[in-house]
Amino acid sequence: MTTDLRNTRFGRRLATPAKHLGLLLFGFVMLYPVLWMIASSLRPGDEIFRSPGLILDSLQTENYTEGWNALTPSFGTYMLNSAMLVLGCIVGNLVSCSMAAYAFARLNFSGKRWWFGIMLGTIMLPIHVIIVPQYVLFSQIGWVNTFLPLIVPKILATDAFFVFLMVQFIRGLPRELDEAARIDGCGHPRIFAQIVLPLMKPALATTTIFTFIWTWNDFFTQLIYLTDPEMYTVPVALRSFVDSTVATSWGSQFAMSVVSLIPIFLAFLIGQRYLVKGIATTGGK
Amino acid sequence: MSALDELRQLRHGSVQVRKRDNKAAFWFLAPWFAGLVFITVGPVLASFGLGFTKYNLIQPPKFIGFDNFVRIFSDERLHNALRVTFTYVLVSVPLQLACALGVALLLDRGMRGLAFYRSAFYLPSLLGSSVAIAVLWTQVFGAEGLLNRVLGFFGVEGKGWISDPDTALSTLIVLNVWTFGSPMIIFLAGLRQIPAVYYEAASIDGASRWSQFWRITLPLLSPILFFNLVLQIIHAFQSFTQAFVVSGGTGGPSDSTMFYTLYLYQQGFSRFDMGYASALAWFLLLIIAAFTAINFWAAKFWVFYDD
Repeated sequence: MTTDLRNTRFGRRLATPAKHLGLLLFGFVMLYPVLWMIASSLRPGDEIFRSPGLILDSLQTENYTEGWNALTPSFGTYMLNSAMLVLGCIVGNLVSCSMAAYAFARLNFSGKRWWFGIMLGTIMLPIHVIIVPQYVLFSQIGWVNTFLPLIVPKILATDAFFVFLMVQFIRGLPRELDEAARIDGCGHPRIFAQIVLPLMKPALATTTIFTFIWTWNDFFTQLIYLTDPEMYTVPVALRSFVDSTVATSWGSQFAMSVVSLIPIFLAFLIGQRYLVKGIATTGGK
Repeated sequence: MSALDELRQLRHGSVQVRKRDNKAAFWFLAPWFAGLVFITVGPVLASFGLGFTKYNLIQPPKFIGFDNFVRIFSDERLHNALRVTFTYVLVSVPLQLACALGVALLLDRGMRGLAFYRSAFYLPSLLGSSVAIAVLWTQVFGAEGLLNRVLGFFGVEGKGWISDPDTALSTLIVLNVWTFGSPMIIFLAGLRQIPAVYYEAASIDGASRWSQFWRITLPLLSPILFFNLVLQIIHAFQSFTQAFVVSGGTGGPSDSTMFYTLYLYQQGFSRFDMGYASALAWFLLLIIAAFTAINFWAAKFWVFYDD
C-alpha cells in the first residue's frame, strides 16, 4: 500500500470516521430495499404493507410454501431448468471461448487482425438487433421451447466478451512455455490442452462466474424462446407468477424473488475476487 | 526437421509455420466462425433483408420495398419510445457515472474496509437486471409501497410513483443509477494507476484537494471515464427487463416506460410483425453506432492520454 500526503495524521483523525459513517449509511440505504424484501418475505402477508422496518416478530415461512407451489409445475422445476441451462452455458462458454481465444492469442494465421476486429465488434452487438432472424432460424428448425437456442450460441463462442477476456489473459502467459513444448514435439492441440488451459484457470473462473450470473438473470431471450410452462426458467416463471397474482399477495412474490436471488448471492460470495478482477481488466456490465 | 530449426522458424515465422497455424486456427476457430455465420453477423445481415418484407412466421416473407423503413418515420408510438429511451439513457448514465466516480474517490487506496465497501456497492450491479429486483421496485414505488411508508414518517404524502406516467420512468432511472457498482470498480482500478508522487508534488506546491482533483485525477482518469461512458450508454440502450416487468409488458402507463427494446419486442413477438421488427432492429443498431461514433469524436476534446 502506498501512502501519500492526503493521508496525513491530522487529516485522517478528522475525516476518516466521518467518511466511514457516510459510506456505511449510504451503503445501508442502497441495500435497504433488498434487506426489507427478505424481512418482508418472512412476515405474514397482511403485515408487509404496515411495517417498513426490518425487525421480525416471528418467522413465517408460509409465503415460501405458498409461492413455491403457486404455479404448476412448482418452483422446483424452474430452479432445475435454470440450473441445467446455466450449466450448459458455462460448459459451452468455457470450451468454445478458450479455443477461440487461443487462436487469437497464439496462432499466426491469415487475416488475423481482421477477424480479431470483427470479434471485438460483436461484443458491442446488442441481442435485440439479431433476435428476430435468430428466432426465425430457430423456430424453423423446431428449437423453440427447448434450451438449444440459449445454449448453442454459447457453444459457438458468441459471448465475445469472454473471448476477449481470455485473449488478454493468454497474452500475459510467457511464450517460452509454448516454445519449450513445441521443441518437445507438442502440436497446438496439446499446447492448448496441457500448457495454456491449466494456466488460465483464473480467466476460466471469471468466465464461469459471469456466465452463471448473467444466464441466471437473463430474461429477454428466455422469455422469447421458452413459452411452455414445463420449460420455464426462474425469471420467466417469476414474471408469470407476478402477472397471475393480484397485488395483495406481495408475501409470496417476495418469497420467490428472494429464492431466485439466492444463487446470485452465493455466486457473488464465492466468486467476488474473480468478478472484481474480471470487471477491472475488461469492463464487464 | 530438427528442434533447433523449428525454434528458429518460430522466432522468425515462415510459410510453413503460417500454413500449419492456418490449419490449426481453422479448427480452433470453427465454433466461433459458425457462431458468426448463424448467430451474430449472419442474422444482422438477414435482418436487413427481412426489413424489406412483410413476414409473420406463418406465411412466406413478402417483399414490400421500403415500407417498413418509411413507417419508422411516421410511427408516433415509436417516436415516443425514442423519446423515453433517450431520456433514460441521457439522464441515468451521467448520474450513474457521477455516483460511481464519487464513491470511487471516497474509497481511497489502502483505506480500512475497502474490500467490504467495494463488495457492498457492487452487489446491486449483479442484482439490478433480475426480474426479482423489478418485482421489488414495483412494490417499493407503488402507491402502498415502502417509499411512501417511509415518506409517511416525515408527514409527506406519497403517490403511486409507477402508476403515474410523470414519474414511472424516473423509478427506472433510479434503478439504473442504483447499479453504479461496476463502473465504480473500473474507476477504482483506474485511480490505482495514478502515481501517488503527482499528489505529493502538488500538495508541496500548495494545491488544494479540489484543484488536485480537477488537474490531476480527472485528466488522468479521463480515458477510464470515456470507456465507462461508451459502455454504459450501449448498455442502457438495451434495458428491457425492468420496464417489461414494472409495466406488465405494456410499456405503460401511457407508454411512459416504453423502451425501444420493449417496442421492438411487442412488434416482433406479440404482433409477429417480423419485417417491421427487423427494420426496428437495424434502426437501433444505427442509433447505438451513431452514439458511439459521437462519443469517440467528442473524446478528442476531453480525453487526455498520458503517453
